[in-house]
Amino acid sequence: MAALLLSPTAVVLALVIAYPLISAIHQSLYADQTGIDADGFVTEGETFVGLGNYLNLLTGDAGDRFLNAFANTTFFTLTTVSLETILGLILALAMNRAFRGRSFLRASILIPWAVPTAVSGLLWRWIFQSDGIANNLLGSEILWTAEGAASKIAVIVAEVWKTAPFIGLLVLAGMQVIPEEVYEAAKIDGAGWWRQLGSITLPLVKPTLLVAVLFRLLDALRMFDLPFVLIGPGKDSVETLSMLAWDESNQLRYGSASAFAVILFLYVAVVAVVFVKVLGADVTGTKELRLARKKTRSQKAGPAS
Amino acid sequence: MIQRSRTWQSILTTSASLAIAAVALTACGASTPQTKAASPAAAFEGKGPINYVSSRDASGAAQKSIDEWNASHPDEKVSVVELPDSADQQRQQLVQNAQIKADTFGVVNLDVVWTSEFAANKWIMPLPKDALPVGSMIDATVNAATYRDTLYAAPYYTDGALFYYRSDLLEAAGIAAPPKTWDEMKTACKAVLALPQAAGMSCYTGQFDKNEGLTVNFTEAVASAGGTLVDSEGKPTVDTAAAKQGLSALVDGFKDGLFPSDAITYQEEQGRRAFQEGKVLFLRNWPFVYASLSATDGSSSVANKFNVTSIPGISGPGVSTLGGRNLAISPFTQNKATALEFIKFFTSEDQAEKRLALSSRAPVYASLYTNPAVVAKRPFFPTLLVSLDNAQPRPKVVQYGATTKAIQEEAYAAISGKKDTNTALADMQAKLAALSSK
Repeated sequence: MAALLLSPTAVVLALVIAYPLISAIHQSLYADQTGIDADGFVTEGETFVGLGNYLNLLTGDAGDRFLNAFANTTFFTLTTVSLETILGLILALAMNRAFRGRSFLRASILIPWAVPTAVSGLLWRWIFQSDGIANNLLGSEILWTAEGAASKIAVIVAEVWKTAPFIGLLVLAGMQVIPEEVYEAAKIDGAGWWRQLGSITLPLVKPTLLVAVLFRLLDALRMFDLPFVLIGPGKDSVETLSMLAWDESNQLRYGSASAFAVILFLYVAVVAVVFVKVLGADVTGTKELRLARKKTRSQKAGPAS
Repeated sequence: MIQRSRTWQSILTTSASLAIAAVALTACGASTPQTKAASPAAAFEGKGPINYVSSRDASGAAQKSIDEWNASHPDEKVSVVELPDSADQQRQQLVQNAQIKADTFGVVNLDVVWTSEFAANKWIMPLPKDALPVGSMIDATVNAATYRDTLYAAPYYTDGALFYYRSDLLEAAGIAAPPKTWDEMKTACKAVLALPQAAGMSCYTGQFDKNEGLTVNFTEAVASAGGTLVDSEGKPTVDTAAAKQGLSALVDGFKDGLFPSDAITYQEEQGRRAFQEGKVLFLRNWPFVYASLSATDGSSSVANKFNVTSIPGISGPGVSTLGGRNLAISPFTQNKATALEFIKFFTSEDQAEKRLALSSRAPVYASLYTNPAVVAKRPFFPTLLVSLDNAQPRPKVVQYGATTKAIQEEAYAAISGKKDTNTALADMQAKLAALSSK
């Protein structure tokens, strides 16, 4: 009976996950053999090249481009996620305190996250253009949208601006289920703010924080629209793996585009598995839920917020 | 246990979107046939309703032409299928539709640079040469719709470079005529920039950001020095003295401070703003910026202070590249006779003239540029005609997408000082050679 009831889900999963995945892997083993005949027409055929598309990623011009995109993807992921985590934590700590206008602040902090990435890319493009606000405020003449380190910084700034609120809000939710009594007890024992942060807030908020960071990691590894809109396609300084796969498919080289997509998929999967195994991120939130339930049961009269 | 499998499920779900993206990229490739079917005989048979697949025409001029056709052809109605605004996405949809040989796309609206790719892949049909009044069209537009001596598309509208200059400042410096060559431009700049009212201005800008604009400006620089990027077979010819002269002019422009230092981030819009705010003396741009430059509502500080001419050459007269769009017929549509008749009607001089009332797109018929009624409304048209008469298309190659990427990559490396001119051109030659042999 259980199998029968689950079968529609299984079918849907097979259709939307298994089939595309297998098809992409299959496609990545073929290469388009195109040539032009004497009359100028394209002769076309697909040949099985085995792992040829993957080997091409390691050699020659295409190899350099791939390694550059791989390095960019990793660099952006590491820098943006670390910055977002720190900033998100600070935001959450600020929002967790009781003060006037707190709900207004919470709502407004969500705005960057609510703005579509392509639109925020355009907004930041205006800010970062050569006679834009960024150069005006800094009193500099940095060409943010040209190739170079400045374009990387521009992407990082825009990305952190957009996604730190996401971590902030998730962490805030985690902070709110920490019972007030724990802090009261700590105060009576003479623990200062830093001690409370290190021994109470951070350990108790860790499960939520890990899930938030995991989501951000997976998202950042697939980064596409922000560098595409903010800096532009084809700029080596900010080209990510997703952009490379897009470009290849745009040139009708579906074989190598699939190879890029498969590699990116494996990369994302490995990062996710390692993250879950090593840090024990509780992705589905069951542990946390259980904990929260137990807490509320034991302290029904506790302060709600 | 449940929790663990859920963990996996989450990971899978997250990665699934990737896999979906991957298959979206690959689905069409998978169905590619082993060899191309023989060219469909150029028989235009079948009448009935067709789809016209096009980018958006905000002016509504195209829709008026279509409405007129539909009113007189009730059994051969044309419906518009609108494509996304981004040219890349338009091309992708058109290609995917052609690869699965779908008969839904009848008449397709193609960017001029796609002609070779679509023709070589037999995604569009050769047109009977006598079907169109090519004699009264501007030669360059017909050339851009031709692949290997066969006409594949009907020129719809065109675009060419204009050289905008500050007539007020040239006059103040006592320069009677706008520069015709790069050297004359430098001399003029020297004289003008010495004037107190030109303090802080730069000499010239075009489009140098790493995108299609750079390909256009580089092609123009090389052509204006007497060179070409590819020969008639699509083989590259950029490792030449003329190409070097063209690229060096751009490289030196940055090195000597002739261009604003941030011009390397300029696309059409940024250049327009720099000129409109009085930051540069000369500007290479398309005709579409004319309207905002001459706006008299206070938004433009150069209204009535500028004029246009054709772009200066490096060693001879300047050579503009060609923009614009062509209409072509998909070989997979059922109603080819209707499609051909519709193209003839839509691109006729009569319809082109009617569309001028609403649309600022430049027509392909030379006579319209000297028509007094038209010129009164668009004073730059006679200049544009000169530019178009001398225009050259961008490289006519099958792999245009990869070709323009390679050109941008190397030209950008040269103007940003990462590579010297010789290395950049040698690398460009090698990359284009590899692409043309594929």
